[in-house]
Parts: sequence; C-alpha cells; structure tokens
Amino acid sequence: MAMKIKQVSIFIENKAGTLSAPCKLLSDAGINIVTLCLADTNDFGIMRLIVKDWQKAKKLLESKDYAVKITDVVAIEVEDRPGGLASILSVLEKSKLNVEYMYAFTSGKNGRAVLVFCFENPDEAVQILSSKGINVLGETHIFQK
Amino acid sequence: MKKIKNQKPAFNPVSASDFLPEDELQDLQFDRLKKIVRRAYDCTELYRKRMKDEKIIPEDLTSLQDLKNLPFTVKTDLRDTYPFGLFASPMSEIVRLHASSGTTGKPIVVAYTQEDLDVWSDSMMRTFAACGLHSGDIIQNAYGHGLFTGGLGAHYGAEKLGATVIPVSGGNTDRQLMLMQDFGSTAFCSTPSYFTFMIERAAELEIDIRKLPLKAGIFGAEPWTEEMRKHIEKASGVKAYDIYGLSEITGPGVGSECEEQDGLHIFEDYFYPEIIDPKTGKVLPDGKEGELVLTTLCKKAMPMIRYRTRDITMIIPRRCRCGRTIRRIKRINRRSDDMLIIRGVNIFPSQIESAILAVEGTLPHYQIVLSKEKGLDQIEVQVEVTEKVFSDRIGALEQLQSKLMQALENVTSIRIGVRLVAHQTIKRSEGKAKRVIDMRNQN
Repeated sequence: MAMKIKQVSIFIENKAGTLSAPCKLLSDAGINIVTLCLADTNDFGIMRLIVKDWQKAKKLLESKDYAVKITDVVAIEVEDRPGGLASILSVLEKSKLNVEYMYAFTSGKNGRAVLVFCFENPDEAVQILSSKGINVLGETHIFQK
Repeated sequence: MKKIKNQKPAFNPVSASDFLPEDELQDLQFDRLKKIVRRAYDCTELYRKRMKDEKIIPEDLTSLQDLKNLPFTVKTDLRDTYPFGLFASPMSEIVRLHASSGTTGKPIVVAYTQEDLDVWSDSMMRTFAACGLHSGDIIQNAYGHGLFTGGLGAHYGAEKLGATVIPVSGGNTDRQLMLMQDFGSTAFCSTPSYFTFMIERAAELEIDIRKLPLKAGIFGAEPWTEEMRKHIEKASGVKAYDIYGLSEITGPGVGSECEEQDGLHIFEDYFYPEIIDPKTGKVLPDGKEGELVLTTLCKKAMPMIRYRTRDITMIIPRRCRCGRTIRRIKRINRRSDDMLIIRGVNIFPSQIESAILAVEGTLPHYQIVLSKEKGLDQIEVQVEVTEKVFSDRIGALEQLQSKLMQALENVTSIRIGVRLVAHQTIKRSEGKAKRVIDMRNQN
C-alpha cells in the first residue's frame, strides 16, 4: 500500500478571484477536495490540494493552462490527546528529517486531526515514522469518509 | 543543426549579385545613385526643395562619398505628405500600394512600379537563398498578407526562387501546424515571437517539430536577441535566421543573414547603407555603432534618399566567411525610438529579453509594464511561470524571482521589479509582439 500521498500544487497570482476558479473547475468535474492549503507572498501563491483522483485533476488543471506540480507528501494522524502533536514533532527532530512545509486538517467522521508533511526525502520519512509507531496514513485511509 | 551539411553551397546563380567584386559593386552603386537622385529631384517636390535649400543639384554628386552632403529623409516626411506626396511616378505606372500600421493617426503609404516589385522579389529571393533555401524547398509564409509588406514580399521572393510557397498568412496556429506536417514545409516565415508561440502550441499538441522536415526559420519584422535565437534553435531544431527590412525602403528583403548567421548582409546594390551619429548626423566609418541610414538605389515609384531608419547597428568592417562582398550590419536589437528612459536611465527592451532568457529554465513569455507612481516612472517585468520553472516551494519561486531581478540589474544597472504571473496570461502575438505596455500617461 502506498504510504505517500500525491499532492497537486498549482501556481496562482495573488489577486482577487484566483482561488475560486481552480476549485470550481475541480468541483464541476466531480473531484472532491479533501484539503487545500495556500502558501503565498505579496504577488503570487501556491495552492496545494489533496484529491483522490490526482491524475484527472492534473490533466484538467493543465488543460486550463495552470502550471501544475505533483509532489509526494506524507500524512500522519495525530492522536486526540494532550501531547499527541508534541510526540510526533519530537520524533521528527530526533530523526533529523528535513521538513519543507506542513499543514493540518481534520478529516473523516471522527474528526481526526491529520498533518500533511512535505519532506525532503519522503521515503526515508515514511520508514522512520512507521518504525517509531507513528500512524502514517496511506491513500486508502486518507480518502475514507 | 540538422541537415545543414547536405545543403548546396551558398553561391548559386540567383545570388550572383551578392558576390560582385567590390569595385564593380561601387561603380554600379554610384551609377544607380546618380540616376535615383536625379529622379528624386525631378519628380518629388520635397526632395527638390530640400536640395535647393542646401544649394545642391544632382550633378554635384561626383562620387559615392558625396551622398553624405544630401539631406536626410525621416518618417514624419512620409506622414506629412500622406498619402501620395512622395510618389515619383504617375499613378498609371504604380501597380501596388502598401501601408504600415501607424501607431498614431494615419499610416504611411508606400508605392511600387512593376520594376520596383521585380527588384523587391529579387532581394527577397536572395534573402531565401542566403538562408540556404532553393527550388524544391517548401516555404510556409505566415507573415500577414495585405497592407503589411511582409506577406507579399516573402511570397514573390519565394516564387522567384522557384520554391513552393504556402501563403497561409498569420494566425490559426493549429492549422499552421497541420499544414506544416501534411505539406512537409522546410522553411517557415514569421515573427520570432510567433514562432516561439508555435513551438509552445506544438508541444501541447504533442507534435515534435524536430521530427518534421522543417529546417529553417526566416524571422523578422521585430527586434529579437541572440538569446531568443538560441532558445528557438534548441527548442525546435530549426536554424533561425534574422532578416531585415522596412516598408519605407521596400519591405522585407533589405538585408538578411546568410548561413554563417554572423550579421545581416545588406543587398547594397539596391539599398545603400550608411551609419551616422544620430545626434550630429555625421557619417561614421564601418565598425562604429550608430543609426542606419538607407538610400534606395533603384526604387522608381518612391525613392528614399538617406532615410533615417532609427535602427541602431554598425557595418561590420570585415568580409563574411560566406564570400559575399555585400557588407553586413550587426543584428538590430534596438531602435533609437524603442529606448525607454526610466528614472533617467536608458533601457532597451532587448536588454531585458537577454537578461531574462539567460536565467536557467525561463521561457520567452514576458512583458514590460511602465507606470507612474507619485510622479516617478516605475518599471515592472512580468514573467510567466511555466511548468518548467514552477516549484511547489515558495522559496524556490522567490529564488527564481530574485535571480531574474539580479540579471536585470546587471544589464540595466537599476532595480527592476519582477512579477511572476500565471502561465498564458501574457497575450501571445500572431504578428509583432507587444513587449512594452506603457501606462505612464494614463491615470
């Protein structure tokens, strides 16, 4: 089972109306956005999306002239207790895994907290995290309703 | 580049005049000069008046060097005499009119007798020959056919060469690509910016231009840079030739690169070049940079005597390796009237293009936006983020932005803001690219 998740990133300009267009494009095609995160500067931004059918999303976005990148990210479920997040971060620190960026969202009916990490080396990260007993979510889990 | 080795040598009968011994060439030029100045004096009021003001008569010309004593002609002369004021032939002898798109107000009109059209076809034929083409080649001509001189100029030159011409005109890129594949075009004529757009569209349609018979691009009608040539040749496998011309003189066919791609030969048996200091009007020796001034040696319907082109270049003081004796000018990538003055610093759009294309991975989709903020000129260069340079890390994009800014500062010595914009937001041109958007005189 694939433990890495495909994240779809697109370039957007930082101005009014640039966010809704790609989202509408995907929703019109019946693609459900599991989560979305924005990174931005004054002029431009990067919209990062997690969707199940990333190939279809990529094709669709490219057909509308978006610059698209597919990146492997790692999703981790955080235990719903005090210190749940801290324990994950301490594993990351100790194992010296380089994090490019991260974001969080809640998912599923239980309202699980999920952290999405972009590691410099995602394969190594998956291996280390799993060996430390951290709940790395594979594709099948993250898209579960 | 592919296929170049198999081409015939550059010399062939159609380009014989390119190889005249220098003294014969100069005799021919002087002979033609005397006749054309006589004609201009006799038949065109403006020339007669200007020469009288300077107390010059055509007989004062005793050598080619005396040309420097004649008054200049400038673009506003064509506007002021609109439409037919500079014609030296009666309408009964004029068989064709062309007009340039005037950026302000009325266009400028140019006229041709049948003999003028023959000269023009000849110089365009020699252009194609210099670019390694001959009968048997299939030339897809995407210059606009109509009032613009590009389309018809290239058309008649290609026919005279004996090549097969496809007069497709500009636009409709998908159809251009279809014809290019189906007809097996070996050469393509357009602006360089339109061809870069074709390359991009071909990639989208998964057409590999390298695998097609296309071997030469005949590019002109707008200034472009050596960096753009490298980009085009690398991306398409097509040898990209620079050609030069202007409607006032004849249209395309005034000058062309040869297979050496080292400067543009001026067909100087028809169009006599001088380089002047644009401030003083003094003629500069070969090898010195200045404004190109052209005199049409054979044009009957509308002679141009010492026409100031505003194009900045120099005459290369060495013979070309190809053996042509007609002199070369350096490729023109700036015009004295393209110059942008930003906070007192002179900047040419070509400098900006060179800087951007020198940064790894960027594509030639850019525009320069000028605006005014609190009375100060602001310049911003917008560069499209394509798949190639896009990264999902902000840091990498910021690095790209600062690399571009650094490159621009290196060539212009002022800080120029760079804005990364989304792919396909800069308008693609099917003719001359509009690189500069000047909003300084708007609110």
